[in-house]
Amino acid sequence: MDLSEINFAVLVASLIVASTPLVLAALGELIVEKAGVLNLGVEGMMIIGAVAGFIVGVETGSAYIGMIAAAVAGALLSLLFAFIILIMQANQVASGLALTIFGLGIAALMGHPYTGIKSPQISTISIPILSEIPILGTMFFQHDLIVYLSLISVLTIWYFLTRMRAGLILRSVGEDHDVAHSLGYRVITIRFLAILFGGAMAGVGGGYLSLFRVPQWTEGMTAGAGWIALALVVFSGWRPFRLLIGAYIFGGITILQLNLQAIGVNINIAVLSMAPYLATILALMVISMSRFRGNRGAPGCLGRSFVKTI
Amino acid sequence: MNNKIENTLFQCRAINKEFGNVKANDDISINIGNSQIHALLGENGAGKSTLVKIIYGLLQPDSGSMTFLNKEYSPKSPKDARALGVGMVFQHFSLFEPLTAFENILLGLDKEIGEKELHKSVIKLSESYGLEVNLSSYIGDLSAGERQRVEIIRALIQKPKLLIMDEPTSVLTPFECESLFKTLKKLASEGTSILYISHKLKEIADLCDTASVLRKGAIVGEYDPKKMTPRELGEIMVGQSLFEPKRPVAANKSNKVLSVKINEVKPDTQFGVTLKNIDLAVYQSEILGIGGVAGNGQEELMQILTGEKKDRNVSIKYMDNDIEMLNPRVRREIGLAFAPEERLGHAAVGNLNLLENSLITDPKKRFQKKMGFIDFSELNEYTNEIIEKFNVKTTGVSALASSLSGGNLQKFVVGREIGQKPSLFIVNQPTWGVDALSAANIRQAIVAIANNGAAIILISQDLDEILEISNKVAFLTNGNLSIPTNAMDIKTDEIGAIMGGIGD
Repeated sequence: MDLSEINFAVLVASLIVASTPLVLAALGELIVEKAGVLNLGVEGMMIIGAVAGFIVGVETGSAYIGMIAAAVAGALLSLLFAFIILIMQANQVASGLALTIFGLGIAALMGHPYTGIKSPQISTISIPILSEIPILGTMFFQHDLIVYLSLISVLTIWYFLTRMRAGLILRSVGEDHDVAHSLGYRVITIRFLAILFGGAMAGVGGGYLSLFRVPQWTEGMTAGAGWIALALVVFSGWRPFRLLIGAYIFGGITILQLNLQAIGVNINIAVLSMAPYLATILALMVISMSRFRGNRGAPGCLGRSFVKTI
Repeated sequence: MNNKIENTLFQCRAINKEFGNVKANDDISINIGNSQIHALLGENGAGKSTLVKIIYGLLQPDSGSMTFLNKEYSPKSPKDARALGVGMVFQHFSLFEPLTAFENILLGLDKEIGEKELHKSVIKLSESYGLEVNLSSYIGDLSAGERQRVEIIRALIQKPKLLIMDEPTSVLTPFECESLFKTLKKLASEGTSILYISHKLKEIADLCDTASVLRKGAIVGEYDPKKMTPRELGEIMVGQSLFEPKRPVAANKSNKVLSVKINEVKPDTQFGVTLKNIDLAVYQSEILGIGGVAGNGQEELMQILTGEKKDRNVSIKYMDNDIEMLNPRVRREIGLAFAPEERLGHAAVGNLNLLENSLITDPKKRFQKKMGFIDFSELNEYTNEIIEKFNVKTTGVSALASSLSGGNLQKFVVGREIGQKPSLFIVNQPTWGVDALSAANIRQAIVAIANNGAAIILISQDLDEILEISNKVAFLTNGNLSIPTNAMDIKTDEIGAIMGGIGD
């Protein structure tokens, strides 16, 4: 074992790539939950995005068109969820779980002919000047377009939630849908749009996996990323920047354990592979402990169906 | 101000609204004049809320028409109503607790407005109407009075011509009520009309120029509250003569039922009140009234009395037994009954039906057959009896507790506890949100069990209620209890002195 074999700059660069699907999917779910809806179907929407993005990407030869398809596919699947929970007022937890199972199944079916095919070429965008800074340049400024977009999304969503009237209205619907309704805000419409956005973001996260990160299609390739994204939302206390930091921590652990496996650290591979998931559980435990409680993060109506009473 | 009625600001004609086969509004027509404070009176379920929801655009009438500022008025949503100049302050605050006062005001506006500009106009408003509020504080940390001020500012910032107030004083302290009335009178004198919904008849006489009375969805008539006694108005409202419950005839001083001594009990949360120097005793056939403004230790005292909070430093003697370390279930078994203030989620389980809600507070296992089976016929009979005797408006025993209106659930809870035939009944705010006739019924029922030998501790913020039926009264201020005195001897200004310097 030789730790010096690990190149720190490359490690950071690859952890950013590894974290990007999590950042994208979790940001989407953050918006959904801020509107008061708990969508446990993130995993299902991600894998649908992954397979749809890959198929369209291969057929058109463009990874970016593939990404658009991934967003559309994720949004379409979330449309089903939105219909079930908003119009039919079904239980959100059960519907979300069903969505995940459904997504995993249908993705495996669709993706079967595409197993083992190469994905279209993608290029990284080196930001002029900045990318030439030693070490930092490699870490942060030689990435593909989607990585930069994910960072811009964090900023945009933070600005939307904290500085814009529309964001305040979205939050108000999530905090107390009865009050929002009595003020004349359209709870169902707002939630509908939030769910669609969450679906599109999860789809993009999945598409990034199959088109950029891996890049190829294998069945069940999201491997729990959707669940980690859900945990990240809680971990972040429903705050975009904390969410980014959390995603990078989890991405970091994933990359680190892969590197440790590669250089042959004397720890059982099973234990190393477990690390990101263990970290998820630990983080959730720590965050649920009393001194963190009472923060104003969790939306008041999270997971509750809206029934018009008047 | 009555002579201004010919300048009609708002008018509705022949408004009808049905829910299923219930006529909530039956051919309602009213006129509201400019600068007029117009009361809308009626019992729970008389159709007041339906009417104002129609005026505010939350509901659309089945038939009928409205005019506002001499134009056809038919709002499709509250947004329309606000845009045309109708504002509303809700009974159950429509504020977002996790958001700040400022954000809440912002959410009530329909157009984007610069934050600085809004800040300025809010501060100007709050200064000219005495509506003090810290804009950056979270609603969850504010008192009921402060929350209402936020709501009023939110309504006023849009410069409404007509302001609807839905039972605004039900959660306010007497002091807060007074400042609210000042604000409303000032508003009216500056040209805003106010539609004021309440069933507190005294304040209507103080405040309002005209009163429209609703009964069973229809208008009974329009009256001048300044020329009538509250009692006359009340009788028009319920459509029959009102009786006044009389306090229990005589306390049986030889039989002490409960004595409580508390030196000091610290609260569980930082927002709670420390109970200090409490020394009370209650005898057979006696009602001890405990008054005081909300938030002065009522909740904390109630918890000690019910056993939800146990403390070794407290002494509670019930018929010569020490019970301070007994839990609520055991206390119920030995003859105590409780009705806490918060009816949904504390006194009753919202997602259980009325039968089940009777069953879970059955300490003496009356509804239990051998092997733990439920005696449904007995339970049915008992629950139906409560519904009948206390005039609980519900679809039946299998209705969910959460489906009842607050006042009706309150009647059910009090009825259920009284039905246990307790030796000691401790009740907090028994008639909160209950209409005049039902409130009189509840008080009468409490007096009746006292006359049959029960001891009662009545905690209430309604001073009239306490003075009406208590034998002795004491007041909570900052967790301290004044020495209980004879209710018949006490004078109103003395009460003021006892309660002085409290609240905010």
